[in-house]
Amino acid sequence: MIKFFLMVNKQGQTRLSKYYEHVEINKRTLLETEVIKSCLSRSNEQCSFIEFKDFKLIYRQYAALFIVVGVNDTENEMAIYEFIHNFVEVLDEYFSRVLRSVPCVQL
Amino acid sequence: MVVPSSKLQDLIEEIRGAKTQAQEREVIQKECAHIRASFRDGDPLHRHRQLAKLLYVHMLGYPAHFGQMECLKLIASPRFTDKRVGYLGAMLLLDERQDAHLLITNSIKNDLSQGIQAVQGLALCTLSTVGSAEMCRDLATEVEKLLLQPGPYVRKKAVLTAVHIIRKVPELSNIFLPPCAQLLHERHHGVLLGTITLITELCERSPAALKHFRKVVPQLVQILWTLVTTGYSTEHSISGVSDPFLQVQILRLLRILGRNHEESSETMNDLLAQVATNTDTSRNAGNAVLFETVLTIMDIRSVAGLRVLAVNILGRFLLNSDKNIRYVALTSLLRVVQSDHSAVQRHRPTVVECLREPDASLSRRALELSLALVNSSNVRAMTQELQSFLESCPPDLRADCASGILLAAERFAPTKRWHIDTILRVLTMAGTHVRDDAVANLTQLIGGAQELHAYSVRRLYSALAEDISQQPLVQVAAWCIGEYGDLLLEGSCEETEPLQVEEEEVLALLEKVLQSHMSLPATRGYALTALMKLSTRLRGDNNRIRQVVSVYGSCLDVELQQRAVEYNALFQKYDYMRAAILEKMPLVERGGTQDEEAKESKEAQHSEAAVIPTEPQPCSFCPFPQTSKLLDLLDLLDGTSGAAQPPPPLEPSSEGTSVHLLDLPCVSPAPASIPNLKVFEREGLQLTLSFVRPPGTPALLLIMVTAINTSEADVTHFVCQAAVPKSFQLQLQAPSGDTVPAQGGLPMTQLLRILNPKKAPLRLKLRLTYNHFGQSVQEIFEVNNLPVETWQ
Repeated sequence: MIKFFLMVNKQGQTRLSKYYEHVEINKRTLLETEVIKSCLSRSNEQCSFIEFKDFKLIYRQYAALFIVVGVNDTENEMAIYEFIHNFVEVLDEYFSRVLRSVPCVQL
Repeated sequence: MVVPSSKLQDLIEEIRGAKTQAQEREVIQKECAHIRASFRDGDPLHRHRQLAKLLYVHMLGYPAHFGQMECLKLIASPRFTDKRVGYLGAMLLLDERQDAHLLITNSIKNDLSQGIQAVQGLALCTLSTVGSAEMCRDLATEVEKLLLQPGPYVRKKAVLTAVHIIRKVPELSNIFLPPCAQLLHERHHGVLLGTITLITELCERSPAALKHFRKVVPQLVQILWTLVTTGYSTEHSISGVSDPFLQVQILRLLRILGRNHEESSETMNDLLAQVATNTDTSRNAGNAVLFETVLTIMDIRSVAGLRVLAVNILGRFLLNSDKNIRYVALTSLLRVVQSDHSAVQRHRPTVVECLREPDASLSRRALELSLALVNSSNVRAMTQELQSFLESCPPDLRADCASGILLAAERFAPTKRWHIDTILRVLTMAGTHVRDDAVANLTQLIGGAQELHAYSVRRLYSALAEDISQQPLVQVAAWCIGEYGDLLLEGSCEETEPLQVEEEEVLALLEKVLQSHMSLPATRGYALTALMKLSTRLRGDNNRIRQVVSVYGSCLDVELQQRAVEYNALFQKYDYMRAAILEKMPLVERGGTQDEEAKESKEAQHSEAAVIPTEPQPCSFCPFPQTSKLLDLLDLLDGTSGAAQPPPPLEPSSEGTSVHLLDLPCVSPAPASIPNLKVFEREGLQLTLSFVRPPGTPALLLIMVTAINTSEADVTHFVCQAAVPKSFQLQLQAPSGDTVPAQGGLPMTQLLRILNPKKAPLRLKLRLTYNHFGQSVQEIFEVNNLPVETWQ
């Protein structure tokens, strides 16, 4: 099950966050900083799946934007990886210039 | 005063224009004040615009709870633009914790029964996002009605809402069971995908639903077949794979339906083979489908050929250059290594390659898998690889790697000397990261290997001379030098290079350990005791030792001080007893599982130890010294005085627990009173069973199956399986290998654990398959003449 969906830029600012399980507001910022720290510290050579506390993080980088999805154990990581790309393509289709605009969309 | 309200876009531009965080906050606060004023005034025309701005501000992380009531008003308004923003606001701002959320139930109900699709869609979306348990209960019937409406737009949203309702209120699943079968006939991708998710949720939550849905397995197989073979819907294909998301979902549902169910698994076999072979693997989408197929094959009751196919696919993934694929391959191989051990062994070289990856997640997985793959035939090569990995691995993996190597060495060590060497090397490389009982284990091992005393003491001495910072190594080395110091000074030993060691050097080294600030108090204790023991072993006079001991008589550390004072007393008043007290230690038996009794005995000895003996007191032989039990060492001196005491059956608890945890098949625990039973013999291959009933657990029976081959040809691919009556629980552990070498070579062992809570008479059937003299043999037989003690 997908636990959360984040779009974070390289400076660490959250551009979009959607939590599918309730997390306290102050805990959210903490979680987001930790997540983005672990994603930023990886190089291009390493794989896109990170183990983080009791989630698995699957991330993809598009220029200056990181899209991170946190899932639990039952998900197929590669399908989620494909899903992230599908999502970006959809956004691109509907709101061109995805990477510069902040999409106000309800997932 | 009417403040003109700005449009959302203007606000966004303003916020973007702010250069610093403080400026942004200012802009937003000003705007929020405007919005609050406008809400109070109640301007209906621009309410939606205000709320939209508020939502934007909320998304940036600022508080926006005062907009909740406005959402309600907007939802209730008849205009679509209002409703749209209102529902959006409800989804973002309202959740179960707010009291206001129940108020939208009525609005949602009204909107659901209206005919307008867009409005129904909005309402369903909101219900599926923020619907609490009460709301779901109220509105479930409405949603069910919408499931069977003609238009796919509303149906797919209704299906997703149904999924959410099931998650919140599982009791309502009965309402949604009947429409599912009908929905499966859909052609529309969205509705089908939603239905599969719904069925998956239903099956996961209730076993009754699971049974109900086993009927649809043929239908699912058909859908997937069409997808794979004919390119069902071209607009949903990604890089050549038609509709991978739907395929993955169907495969996952098949996995849930086929688990533990023979019939469904059989229907799926062909399909899975087809998908596995036909999917194009050059792009990620294809690999995702293939991965899901492999997981499904592993989980259901598939035929053996299919399982081998799955493991081979995983092996192929391992060779792929894409890191993501290798990661998932390693993870899945770890899951199957217990059940399909031999199939995974074939890919061992590739797994070992992955150890060298710079990526931390990959190397961690590779480490776990490599440790699971070690068995008696490849233990030397594997430990070599693992040791080179240990040198270069990141610090968080060191502890796991070190303990893994030590465990593997204990289970599969071909010779004692190799075992000692391996442990030594691990201690030198990663000494601080090993488990606490590694020291105890090593000293036990060395103590037991009579012929290797000289060798080990020399190795340890040279290691210690190089580096005194690794505490476990120092402790073991100090103990060894103390015990076997005379062997160290004797001269050359044939297994290492000749090492000329002077007495003074040894004493100097031990003193260095004592004085070094890197040594832990426990280590110092070891070193002091070793010095004392050397006073009897060395031939020179003991002035130097006496000096050191008396210096430590006023040490600040209480433990050391106590020791030093007592040793001083030994030198002065009780010099005649010194030689007897400091004799070589007899070997402590390993094994035994009486933890509580061992602890009690230790407490009794602690109280005795406080008294310095005035005469040799016959007290029970105390446990083997552990790293932090300094007082036990004192007991050791008390206990070995006078006549040698027979070692009692009580064993040190850490040893006991370590045997428990490791469940070593090669160590036979102490109470082995049940005679062995020879159950099978054919052309030189003999099978013997030995039984152990651990006293702590009366219902547990451990059977060690040992296979010995006295013929001239090796027995290969040996697999032993067992069956017991239903009231028993049987657990087969991985065998030590699958080859029984000829001419009475190393026997193959396998441990069976049988739980017999009802104390029913034990019946055991064994099935053996192996290759011998070029023929494959299969034998099935029941074990007769099982001794009564095995089950009473």
